Amino acid sequence: MAVAETLESPKPVDRSGTPLVDLRDISIAFGGIKAVNQVSVDLYPGEVVGLLGHNGAGKSTLIKCLSGAYHKDAGEIYINGEQATINNPRDARRYNIETIYQTLALADNLDAASNLFLGRELTNLAGLVDDAAMEAETRKIMGRLNPNFKKFSAPVSALSGGQRQSVAIARAVYFNAKILIMDEPTAALGPQETQMVADLIDELKRQGLGIFLIDHDVHQVKNLCDRAAVMKNGELVGVVDVDAVSVDDILAMIIAGKRPEHLS
Amino acid sequence: MAETTANSDAASSEPAQKRGFVQSLEIDIRLLGMIAAFIVICVVFNLLTGGRFLTPRNIFNLTIQTVSVAIMATGMVFIIVTRHIDLSVGALLATCSAIMAMMQTAWIPQFFGLEIGHPMIPWITIIIGIAIGTLLGSFQGWLVGYLAIPAFIVTLGGLLVWRNVGWYITNGQTIGPLDETFRAFGGISGTLGAQWSWIVGALLAAGALYALMAARRAKLAHQFPVKPMWAEALVALFAVGGILGFIAILNSYQVPERVLQRQFAARGEEVPEGFTAAYGLPISVLLLIAIAVIMTVVAKKTRLGRYIFATGGNPDAAELSGINTRMLTVKVFAIMGALVAISAVVASARLANHSNDIGTLDELRVIAAAVIGGTALAGGVGTIYGAILGALIMQSLQSGMAMVGVDAPFQNMVVGAVLVLAVLIDTIYRKRTGDR
Ligand SMILES: Nc1ncnc2c1ncn2[C@@H]1O[C@H](COP(=O)(O)OP(=O)(O)OP(=O)(O)O)[C@@H](O)[C@H]1O
Ligand SMILES: [Mg+2]
Repeated sequence: MAVAETLESPKPVDRSGTPLVDLRDISIAFGGIKAVNQVSVDLYPGEVVGLLGHNGAGKSTLIKCLSGAYHKDAGEIYINGEQATINNPRDARRYNIETIYQTLALADNLDAASNLFLGRELTNLAGLVDDAAMEAETRKIMGRLNPNFKKFSAPVSALSGGQRQSVAIARAVYFNAKILIMDEPTAALGPQETQMVADLIDELKRQGLGIFLIDHDVHQVKNLCDRAAVMKNGELVGVVDVDAVSVDDILAMIIAGKRPEHLS
Repeated sequence: MAETTANSDAASSEPAQKRGFVQSLEIDIRLLGMIAAFIVICVVFNLLTGGRFLTPRNIFNLTIQTVSVAIMATGMVFIIVTRHIDLSVGALLATCSAIMAMMQTAWIPQFFGLEIGHPMIPWITIIIGIAIGTLLGSFQGWLVGYLAIPAFIVTLGGLLVWRNVGWYITNGQTIGPLDETFRAFGGISGTLGAQWSWIVGALLAAGALYALMAARRAKLAHQFPVKPMWAEALVALFAVGGILGFIAILNSYQVPERVLQRQFAARGEEVPEGFTAAYGLPISVLLLIAIAVIMTVVAKKTRLGRYIFATGGNPDAAELSGINTRMLTVKVFAIMGALVAISAVVASARLANHSNDIGTLDELRVIAAAVIGGTALAGGVGTIYGAILGALIMQSLQSGMAMVGVDAPFQNMVVGAVLVLAVLIDTIYRKRTGDR
């Protein structure tokens, strides 16, 4: 595993206040299939909640209801204790929710800077898009995220999978999100880049962001997350404190769909 | 793609690596290819016609014949880039032309009480015509964007509907003669003359130089690599030379003596001894240049343009980035409708009256121009200048073959084959360069 096992959580998450995000009884079906069935998860400031589950468990679908990509059939979303209406991605951005999608959602024909600022272009005094300024900002943030990244004028279709992922991550963290959704953000990254994302998550967490992290790597989840929520066939198996369970406990939840005995 | 950027200090020196002549110029290779193809066509026809193809007179005619299709082709670029198609432009042009012809010859005189020949008539006509074109375009865009009917179907329906709406409005009759000021937008009956043509040419050249300088300054301000100075100068030289050369050619097309005699006779004067006048830049071509500049700025420098290309590249990503892609579709079709109405002004003004078959098959010419100009039907790729050059190449082929005496059926066969060939070359080129 690339992530150092010695990494200690800086301080335990304070869960006494109102949660940053509170998803209550979210359900959504496609045709007859209940992709997400009455799932409730919450997220506190400065917390990383891992979402785990087999392929097709409904993880991406759940977070897409929060990011505005899908319209939930039932359930409520509370943000800072107030009920939120999220009908499209624009609404989600208004609540400072940023998302790294599993599919990355990049316009392949545009360059990194155009993708990073898509929908939020920097403009000059005449109201025209300021490509030079956007490229300068992109160079700055990529310098932090992936210093090996050089292809600033190529369309992102010419980038490697990991480079594309870096662009998607940069887009999500550039705009001062309060709530960050990361759907398998390191799936295409090399060990060094994965470590940089892990460091980034820790830094953002210290700044008080709430992060939903979808990841198939149980060790990674145990290292980076405070709690883990496990889904199976669209239903929530349970939410556990990662320090209270072993890797095998989490695997049992994912595969067998049952909560560890010492907790239930 | 191979990544060979292990040492990060190579970052700043990367662009200074050995670069070929063309790379240093930073000109689109596809543009160079199209210009080369155009030059070859011109030279071949010039040889075949014994020098008649590249006379100022023929070049003048070529440009005014290209304007109507070229104006629409710039709008078709946006349509195709967003993965749609518009088969209705020729028919919509007929409807707009019919409405504008009726307005200036019948409706405005009847309902506003302005006499035929009143100076306000052409302007009211044009404004209402463009408004109607925009509205009808938006309506088609709404059907595509909000009701999710494929653009192919909506505009195929539009092709049948608008062609016959046009027929219905005029009762199938030819309407004319059109207003004299209105006709000035057609080409030969509205030109700037030598002096104003030079002034416009100088302004355009200055604008091109300013744009090149501004781009360089913006890059320098952020310490980005810039072209070597010689490359910058060469591009500037070609731009200015091209603009002024074009004006010079148009200015060397003299107004024939009998036309001058008629003009002077209308004022009750004699043509002075040794008097000559040049046609110069046609107003319709000036209109095309203005539209080309505006559409290029929209495409490259506005949010709208950025969203059009993003949506073409990946509609889902655009939607997830907060772009209202449905509204965007309406806007793109609205722009197309406005440009169709402007083309209707140019096309009917050139013919001096409205006839029912105006714009027939224009949809195919317009789509072909955009595609020959490098617009990819898969979406996300296309340029305004490419589409205009595409229209020019098609018109040159058609005119050239007519001058050589090729029969009409063969002309169409050649144009069709060239369209397919152009796309084939483009496909091979994209595969080679690894572009999509
Ligand atoms: N747009 C859609 N239309 C129809 N079915 C869908 C759609 N999106 C998701 N599904 C279905 O919903 C279920 C959950 O899918 P989802 O993408 O949320 O899984 P996931 O947990 O993210 O899996 P993975 O680990 O493979 O990414 C699957 O059965 C999938 O087929
Ligand atoms: Mg998923």
